[in-house]
Amino acid sequence: MDPKTYKFDTLSLHAGYMPSKNAGSRQVPIYQTTSYMFDDVDHAAALFNLERGGHIYSRISNPTVQVLEERVAALEGGTAALATASGMSAIFLTIMTLCNAGDHVVVSSQLYGGTVNLFRLTLPKFGIKATFVKPRDTEGFKNAIQENTKCIYGELVGNPGNELMNLPEISKMAHEAGIPVVIDSTYQTPYLFKPLEHGADFVIHSLTKWMAGHGSSMAGILVEGGKFDFLKTDKFPTMTEPYEGYHGLSFAEEFGPVAFTMKARAEGMRDMGPCLSPQNAWNVLQGIETLSVRMEKHCSNALKMVEYLSNHESVAWVSHASLKDNPDYELAKKLLPKGTGSMIAFGIKGGKEAGAAFIDNVKLASHLANVGDTRTLVIHPASATHSQMDEATLKLANMSHDMIRLSVGIEDIDDIINDFEDGFRAAKKPRLVANK
Amino acid sequence: MKFKVNNKEVFASTGGRPFDKKKPLIIFIHGSGLSHITWVLQTRYFAFHGYSVLAIDLPGHGYSEGPALESIEEQGKWIADVIDSVEMEEASLVGHSQGCLVVLECASQFPDKIKSIGLMGGAGAIPMNPELLDLAEKGDPKAVDLMMDWAHGPAGHFGGHPVPGLHHINLGGSIVINGSVKNALGVDFRACDNYKNGFEAAKKIKCPAINILGDRDRMCPLKEGKKLAEHIKTSEVEIIPNCGHMILLEEAGQALEILKKFIRNNHPV
Ligand SMILES: Cc1ncc(COP(=O)(O)O)c(C=O)c1O
Repeated sequence: MDPKTYKFDTLSLHAGYMPSKNAGSRQVPIYQTTSYMFDDVDHAAALFNLERGGHIYSRISNPTVQVLEERVAALEGGTAALATASGMSAIFLTIMTLCNAGDHVVVSSQLYGGTVNLFRLTLPKFGIKATFVKPRDTEGFKNAIQENTKCIYGELVGNPGNELMNLPEISKMAHEAGIPVVIDSTYQTPYLFKPLEHGADFVIHSLTKWMAGHGSSMAGILVEGGKFDFLKTDKFPTMTEPYEGYHGLSFAEEFGPVAFTMKARAEGMRDMGPCLSPQNAWNVLQGIETLSVRMEKHCSNALKMVEYLSNHESVAWVSHASLKDNPDYELAKKLLPKGTGSMIAFGIKGGKEAGAAFIDNVKLASHLANVGDTRTLVIHPASATHSQMDEATLKLANMSHDMIRLSVGIEDIDDIINDFEDGFRAAKKPRLVANK
Repeated sequence: MKFKVNNKEVFASTGGRPFDKKKPLIIFIHGSGLSHITWVLQTRYFAFHGYSVLAIDLPGHGYSEGPALESIEEQGKWIADVIDSVEMEEASLVGHSQGCLVVLECASQFPDKIKSIGLMGGAGAIPMNPELLDLAEKGDPKAVDLMMDWAHGPAGHFGGHPVPGLHHINLGGSIVINGSVKNALGVDFRACDNYKNGFEAAKKIKCPAINILGDRDRMCPLKEGKKLAEHIKTSEVEIIPNCGHMILLEEAGQALEILKKFIRNNHPV
């Protein structure tokens, strides 16, 4: 006897939506509205006081956005989700809901550049400090936990160095210290990895990337795992004690496994307002419908690119956790059995100049500051995404000037390889000239 | 709020308002393996509209001290002890699933204490599927997955939670998993399976009653709910279309409207 709850591929098409409640519309309607009619005064008061569920104003929630939230919660195995205008706003909202001024977070040093800057420069302005730990330094995460630490934050596979965090071990340490673990799982998507099944308490996505795939819309999301019990520690008074903003509501007591999402919405969306537009939510839903088929192709193309690059005379090194000589190979095999994703970092022989020539001479691969598009993307991080970082921070993130970051698309692999051949040919030329 | 019943610590949500002995009391009793969390879309309303609310965690569930009580009869008696412990004379009871059996027992054993009863997704008997019972007693999390599958109707399986962003099945499942599959869910399922006094208890009930049923309920099928209602002389019946067993969440708004009318008429402020 097995449960007949819907499985992943079915959920990615259907979760969160019932046509029968929407005029029979097979496609999810776009509720392009700011606000929602109340039945009467009693209904309005009950909605405002969280006595009943429903929509009030689209800054707080919207029916189209709600479908996206339930769908991602379903795919991640979460109890609840809250969609935001971008991945960055999901991260900011999460940290602002967990932390107060004077608090501290332990953060992986290999993160998306924007996230590094948020923790390094912006959050300290609000009195929230971070200690950075290298992703492979499992003990380092534990040692960095202080009395006022409110979470451990990281990306399973660091960006752009492709180093793995040992999430199961690190989660154990966090839970022993009474704090939750937040994982930005943008690069994996729930198709490859479900952080909540490996100890994480909250998951964040930039839906802008693989989840949507089409590269047309900005969006982010926070997913709650439902296992972290805020009432078991006294570290989170804003979750457990009466909240003035809602007639003395204790989120943890009333909402248990969805308390964090309820608070992030009731307080965070109300006061900060990074809401996702219904049109963008709908666009992202279109992408999620094909998540499995796209991710499979992303991963198989990535493996072929790893092989091609590893054997190429112009390539100094390749970093991808699928490689046997990668220090994370075993851990990746365990945590990411369906594939280690479509992000590859490689070093081009000839350093910075060759890198620039390569990037300027590929035509199919797009040179831009995004990842996880269905199209192949390339960038030279040291001069773009991570250019605001100083030398020391670059080093901590394990980055070098010869590094090219590749987000493998789902084009025909022969065409990607032919394009790279053109790039490598051009990259050799400045060196030949210089050698004469 | 935390208080003692028979010298053991008990947790109950008061719906966001302080408990007040001067107000009429409604006690909400959750289903197998679950907790007070399931009632959040009913309790806050009543708490903010003139009632004192206790959405209790049964012993060994949620934040109440264990062990779980092994029979429905004991659980029914325990609810009467709760009323005494908070120094009240009487209460209305609202139950879900196993909670309905507890309500029947309490209301039939202690008719003077019970003002009115609301039953959601109830039945006169809840015999368990032997495989499900076995899995739960062994503490196998698969029991939770099966329970969540059967407990939810279309809204649970597809989506459309009354509270934006919440996921029915994963939320329900995590309430059970955060407790103990073996020592809460397993004990509860066994208590349901053992309980044979439901129809007898139902016949003794004299206070106003309402059965709120989902027509897509696969845990306590509609016809079982109707049969129970037929055994309660005073019972009204409300059937919610397209709704599974988790009426209090799947159709939280409709469930609240029905309860509001019923309790205001029969246990007015
Ligand atoms: C891993 C990761 N997290 C978060 C973000 C930020 O998301 P967004 O660009 O949607 O704000 C990005 C964007 O590049 C990212 O790659």
